[in-house]
Amino acid sequence: MIDKKDVEYAAGLAHLKLDEEEKEKYTEQIGEILDYVDKLSELDTDDVVPTAYTVPMKNVLRKDEVKKSLPREKSLANAPDEKDGQFRAPKIMSD
Amino acid sequence: MTTKYETVIGLEVHVQLNTDSKIFCGCSTEFGKEPNENTCPVCLGLPGTLPVLNKKVVDYAIMAGLALNCDIAEYSKFDRKNYFYPDLPKAYQISQFDLPIAENGEIEIETEAGLFNIGVTRVHLEEDAGKLIHEGSIDKSKGSLVDYNRTGVPLIEIVSEPDMRTPAQAKAYLTELKMIMEYLDISDCNMEEGSLRCDANVSLRPVGQEEFGIKAELKNMNSFSAVEKGLEYEVKRQQELLDEGKKVVQETRTWDESLNKTISMRGKEEAHDYRYFPEPDLVPLEIDAAWKEEMGKEIPELPREKYKRFISELGLPEYDAGVLTGDKDLAVFFEEVLSDYDDPKNLSNWMMGEFLRLLNENGQAPFESGVSPINLAKMLKMIDQDIISGKIAKKVFEKMYNSGSDPETIVEEEGLKQISDEDELENIVDGIIADNPDAVEDVQNGKDRAIGFLVGQVMKETRGKANPGLVNQMLRDKLMD
Amino acid sequence: MNIYDLTIHELKEKISAGELTPGEIKKAFADRINDVEDKVKSYITVTYELAEAQLKDYENKKEKMLAGIPIAVKDNMSTDGIKTSCASKMLENYKPPYNATVVEKLNEAGAVILGKTNMDEFAMGSSTENSAFFVTHNPWNLNHAPGGSSGGSAAAVAAGECAAALGSDTGGSIRQPASYCGVVGLKPTYGMVSRYGLVAFASSLDQIGPITKDVEDSAILMNVIAGHDPQDSTSIAGKKEDYTKYLKEDVSGMKIGIPEEYFNLEFDEEVKASVLAAVEKLKEVGAEVETVHMTDASYALAAYYVIAPAEASSNLARYDGVRYGLRSEHASDVNEMFTNTRHEGFGEEVKRRIMIGTYALSSGYYDAYYLKAQKVRTLIKDDFDRIFNDFDLILTPTAPSTAIELESKSDPLEMYHTDIFTVPVNIAGVPAMSVPCGFDSSEMPIGLQLIGPHFGEGKIIQAAYTLEKLLNINEKRAEL
Repeated sequence: MIDKKDVEYAAGLAHLKLDEEEKEKYTEQIGEILDYVDKLSELDTDDVVPTAYTVPMKNVLRKDEVKKSLPREKSLANAPDEKDGQFRAPKIMSD
Repeated sequence: MTTKYETVIGLEVHVQLNTDSKIFCGCSTEFGKEPNENTCPVCLGLPGTLPVLNKKVVDYAIMAGLALNCDIAEYSKFDRKNYFYPDLPKAYQISQFDLPIAENGEIEIETEAGLFNIGVTRVHLEEDAGKLIHEGSIDKSKGSLVDYNRTGVPLIEIVSEPDMRTPAQAKAYLTELKMIMEYLDISDCNMEEGSLRCDANVSLRPVGQEEFGIKAELKNMNSFSAVEKGLEYEVKRQQELLDEGKKVVQETRTWDESLNKTISMRGKEEAHDYRYFPEPDLVPLEIDAAWKEEMGKEIPELPREKYKRFISELGLPEYDAGVLTGDKDLAVFFEEVLSDYDDPKNLSNWMMGEFLRLLNENGQAPFESGVSPINLAKMLKMIDQDIISGKIAKKVFEKMYNSGSDPETIVEEEGLKQISDEDELENIVDGIIADNPDAVEDVQNGKDRAIGFLVGQVMKETRGKANPGLVNQMLRDKLMD
Repeated sequence: MNIYDLTIHELKEKISAGELTPGEIKKAFADRINDVEDKVKSYITVTYELAEAQLKDYENKKEKMLAGIPIAVKDNMSTDGIKTSCASKMLENYKPPYNATVVEKLNEAGAVILGKTNMDEFAMGSSTENSAFFVTHNPWNLNHAPGGSSGGSAAAVAAGECAAALGSDTGGSIRQPASYCGVVGLKPTYGMVSRYGLVAFASSLDQIGPITKDVEDSAILMNVIAGHDPQDSTSIAGKKEDYTKYLKEDVSGMKIGIPEEYFNLEFDEEVKASVLAAVEKLKEVGAEVETVHMTDASYALAAYYVIAPAEASSNLARYDGVRYGLRSEHASDVNEMFTNTRHEGFGEEVKRRIMIGTYALSSGYYDAYYLKAQKVRTLIKDDFDRIFNDFDLILTPTAPSTAIELESKSDPLEMYHTDIFTVPVNIAGVPAMSVPCGFDSSEMPIGLQLIGPHFGEGKIIQAAYTLEKLLNINEKRAEL
């Protein structure tokens, strides 16, 4: 059963900030959804191969050919912050 | 160092493959472009974009797997490794988790302590991340700048078994890997440019104990010497901890070249829960026997085989064989000369002597100098046929190196041909005898060394062109009879 | 009939007969948008500048399939230089530097793109109420939802704000709104239409498809958008057909399975009666209809609520404020920036699904959730394959009810259940179409779903076309 600590852990991994109220709410709602999902355990899947691809395909490959990159202005056009042709982000280390 | 602990080292080596385009898009992999010049919607991870796998990347990975004596997977797939970092545009890296392209290999290495087999656990494909530059130092900067040119450059990660017992073995293993990749011509293997990167897992355990000790992961070793120094430092650090009855903490440590020590990264990293799952945007890889065979044909003789053959078939000393096969181009050059010239040891002496000296002085690779294999063969034959002396040959060689001319032309133009005509030497020899009565007397009194002095004088007089053997014989004939 | 009520094929006829010019058509639809958009609110962005540019190119495209036809595109398909927001604050100001493959194909076919339609944020939802910007209203009754997540596209088609639209369908997001809005919605076989440029929700389930006023238009639009794309590794080569050749009134001998387990679920009686009445009509003209037994659809829904959020949690991780989209102003270091950006940029449902998916993939739970769901996926796919060994099509309701009232469902699980009939189709990767089959006592449209085997779009179109002619309700329009 999922508890608040699990919710906090998942929120940390997903970089989502939750306040206390949201934590409570998500714990309950996600708990309900996972309860529903638990019905999967009713099906015997011991010898079943998992399906990741519904239409079986293999070896989709392209040739090693250089194509034109985007003009740099276009690559950076949506950047919230940029400097000298680079994307700028806040510092890595916290204080 | 005490012997009560045994060191256990495993390496994770990242090798950038030298394809023209990136692994999942058509952007160029060229190094040294302006920031973000080699980017497109795909490698910037823009919403809606999808990866398409570069075939050459798979070809190269198969070659690497075969060269490392691995089993090549018949069925392989890609997975997403999820984590946040500004240099990772999709916030996941496309990698391979449970079904890598190659597994269960091993390579032979040699150190002063002997021969060892080091197991290769797996070889898997993945995409490189971008480059993050801190404004100022990492802990004091206000921001960081990101260049995504490197994002999506193809990598193979080669994971070793924890089979190495000394830093020297680790260095030898890394050197062997680098040579293999260079022989395969699938990577530039430049540690300074980051096309070869190495992380290490290091632990100590009491001698005789089977169970591994607690390991530290070592990162940021950006040169071969850093790998060796970093590992040596880490072994010493752990040993001291254990000697004091303390415990080694499982953690990531970074090698600080300027401080010459490893530093804990604890608390500066996130918890590792990468939530791997199959990459739904790519379909599986199936590598059949034909594909494997095709790639097998692309694999040249590898450094270790060549090294052994140079010893067994060419009769070279181990040292020579090691130097010559240590650089693929040098070995290729050597063998090309040998197709026109049949004294391997003499050739080896020349290559390891004059040739390497000039290459090092000029910072050039074997095929970048003016000396072609065929010209070197010609020159060596001219020595053997007494057309030039060994001493003159050094001059000729230097001129060949700088001008690219063939040795015959140089010898002709510069008048460097050896004088092997007795008539031509007669006057000179007589003159030297006349000018050096003391030496002549010494010779006649049985002091053999004085002959050398007189030969030297003749050589000097002829600016090195006289055939020294002939001069020696002539002097003996004149003075000793 | 009004110009804005006409279908693609009717507009094409009028253009070729010289009765209408593309300019007049564009103006008629723009006027219609002007008149009703305040009530319906289908569009996040209208793209008249693009439309004008495309009209200017009409002479070069005259012979093409959609020359001069006004089309709307869901706002999760990338349009070069034009905002592609996914109805999220996260991408409120994001303008992609490239076109999605389907947008390129519309361009090449001479289409006139009128705008980008509203949707549930990142296509997560079943009512379009999860749009971060505004709610879209069902043209048949403005107090009702248009369905979702392609609610803007379905409403725009139903309201005559475009001739046809593109939607995307991950668990029913084309078919369910089509059903709610009384239009035709087709989710093609996974891989038939390129996903390149479609902002990913759940990559192994997402498919783009047409939302149209009738079945013929669906076939025409499929002819434009289907086909192999080298930029999408999951795109299928060599299976594209001329779908208009299936526009035949003929179901004689066609074997249609009615899954008892689906009809035994608790759902609206009026919907059930309407769907079964349509089944009778098909029988009358020679379809061979039989009851079949399939795995309970609730297992597919359970698997869906693991697979889709898991993939979404990874697909939506890239919204970190570094390269594009929203960046929180409140952050002293990069981790805080990530977290605050995602806090400010994502709505509640998106966060909930990211949480479920992250949890399901996290260390120690992968086998129990994700791997288990992928195995169940195999069982569901096998189940469809088994039926399609003996049957041409499977017929079910599209949704358990007609369009729900706005703000009527607040419990997530209850909302998820509105996709019970459509989700198994995505899990199996097969094609399915929602086609109108009647109206309930409140005059709200009802849709039924025709499911085919992989690459069975042709048979679906043929049966749907036959049914459409039999029921003769396709010319009925919502009054606004």
